[in-house]
Amino acid sequence: MEWREIVYKLFKNKISLVGLAIIIIMALVAIFAPWIAPPRNPAEPYYIPRAGWMSEPQPPSRDHIFGTTEGQYDIFYGIVWGTRTAFMIGFVVVGASTLIGIILGTISAYYGGWIDEIIMRITDIFMSIPFTIAAIVMTTILGRGITNMMIALITFNWMSTARLMRSQVLSVKGEEFVQAARALGASDLRIIFKHVILNTIFPVVVQASMNMGSIVITASTLSFLGIGTPEGYADWGQMISFARNWIIGGQGNALKYWFTVVIPGTAITLFCLSWNLIGDAFRDILDPKMQ
Amino acid sequence: MAEVLAEERKLLEVKNLKKYFPVKAGILRKTVAYVKAVDGVSFHINEGETLGLVGESGCGKSTTGHTILRLLEATGGEVIFDGKDILSLNKREMREARKDMQIIFQDPYASLNPRMTIGEIIAEPLIIHKLARNKEERREKVAWLMESVGLAADHMNRFPHEFSGGQRQRIGIARALAVNPRLIIADEPVSALDVSIQAQVINLLQDLQKKFSLTYLFIAHDLSVVKHISDRIGVMYLGKIVELADKDELFNNPLHPYTKALLSAIPIPDPEYKKERIILKGDVPNPVNPPQGCPFHPRCPMAKDICKQVAPELKDYGNGHFASCHLLEE
Repeated sequence: MEWREIVYKLFKNKISLVGLAIIIIMALVAIFAPWIAPPRNPAEPYYIPRAGWMSEPQPPSRDHIFGTTEGQYDIFYGIVWGTRTAFMIGFVVVGASTLIGIILGTISAYYGGWIDEIIMRITDIFMSIPFTIAAIVMTTILGRGITNMMIALITFNWMSTARLMRSQVLSVKGEEFVQAARALGASDLRIIFKHVILNTIFPVVVQASMNMGSIVITASTLSFLGIGTPEGYADWGQMISFARNWIIGGQGNALKYWFTVVIPGTAITLFCLSWNLIGDAFRDILDPKMQ
Repeated sequence: MAEVLAEERKLLEVKNLKKYFPVKAGILRKTVAYVKAVDGVSFHINEGETLGLVGESGCGKSTTGHTILRLLEATGGEVIFDGKDILSLNKREMREARKDMQIIFQDPYASLNPRMTIGEIIAEPLIIHKLARNKEERREKVAWLMESVGLAADHMNRFPHEFSGGQRQRIGIARALAVNPRLIIADEPVSALDVSIQAQVINLLQDLQKKFSLTYLFIAHDLSVVKHISDRIGVMYLGKIVELADKDELFNNPLHPYTKALLSAIPIPDPEYKKERIILKGDVPNPVNPPQGCPFHPRCPMAKDICKQVAPELKDYGNGHFASCHLLEE
């Protein structure tokens, strides 16, 4: 199938259209963040401005349309600039770990033998470490901060791509068109790029798309646990973390501080949902049995 | 056609070629046995001639072809192409040598990359070996190649799935021709095609042979197809050549009992004709554990004691008619 055909089908599919629409809106929000929520200190736009030092969250008002969370951080500002954080974490972490996975998986399957053995055993070792715990330990060692968090996430996120790519390449490398290219005298690099990767990449793209959502949730988890982004950084996970003490409400009203949880929670949910919708639709399009 | 080539020149010579595949078992993946897919095959092909290689599936005829081109690395033996020892070339020299020897694959559906256009597929060899100075020249060459194999040049931007089996096989032929090779190994090029299309493709191959003075190693399991195109025919059984002779000689005077059985299996479109069909007992033996002595003896209707103990050698029985059978030695 051709790229043009895939994109066409992606736009024709209603489910993926919903996902695409949400992602496009969020991308616009991220791009136009400086106009939607002008930073008070342009040098450090990712730090949420505070409207005071009081602990108790304040409900939505004229000045703060989504209200303020613990420590009077403006929720609206946090959501808008948090969109940028989410996209950045998603693209950087998924992009880097997918690239590592593709390279290692392809080398492993294409060359086989002891190279395959070594790469796959290393992959197994990384896979045997529980992902969240590994990320927590690594962030603790490297220190708090968004770059360190991304490094930790990349380090423990490439294995499934490597395995998927390996199995894909194994099935394609025996195909006759690969042999034909070899018989023509094509170099390994040419065979890998022109023949192998072109015919194996789509399942990896689907996986990466699904991974975009889950990696942002994991990043949020780390922030919620207080080891992700530094305090006051515009990040959805951290905004929920601020709400930790207020989730149960107060003074006989369980829903008194709903906005501290629901608004950032909705943002994360929509982000993940739409990537999953796109991934799902993509998989359906590429799976000939589903047509 | 053999008479025309008075001064015969060996283009390809295969000497005692062997290809063993290891059988691995256990946790440590130790090699416990070998599948002797090609076990000491020797033959030569003269320039401009077509050598047919026949045998039932699993006899190692395709493996022979792939090993000659080093798509599989040989276990032993020599392949001499135009004086050069192909098996001893390094990676770079081999890439250069591939310009002279090409392959046409059996499955026209699997041998074309589904994500490349026909133009890209046929242009690839031109890019690899830098056979065109620029894009324009490359395009012209692709168009010319497509027309040479009977395809319309304006189909260049289509994808393989838009073509029929026969057309795809033509694309594969055009790709092989792009480097202007001297030897083409045709690995069952028509066995995946309809009978009506088979004839077209075979005629195309014959036309191209004349036009580009090509030499063919034509691998097939269908004797009537091979008879049509070949000058000489080699019959393979269980990794070995059991008989090798001029086409007419082989058909009129088969020496080996296996060849006789194969020839008796060719259907003849004449209801009046009563022929004696030789039915072979049993199956091809497992190549991991081939029978001692002559590999054919368990199925041979005329096997003697010596056949069970000593493997016969391929010997010349006059006029370049080679066969390996103890019964002929008396």
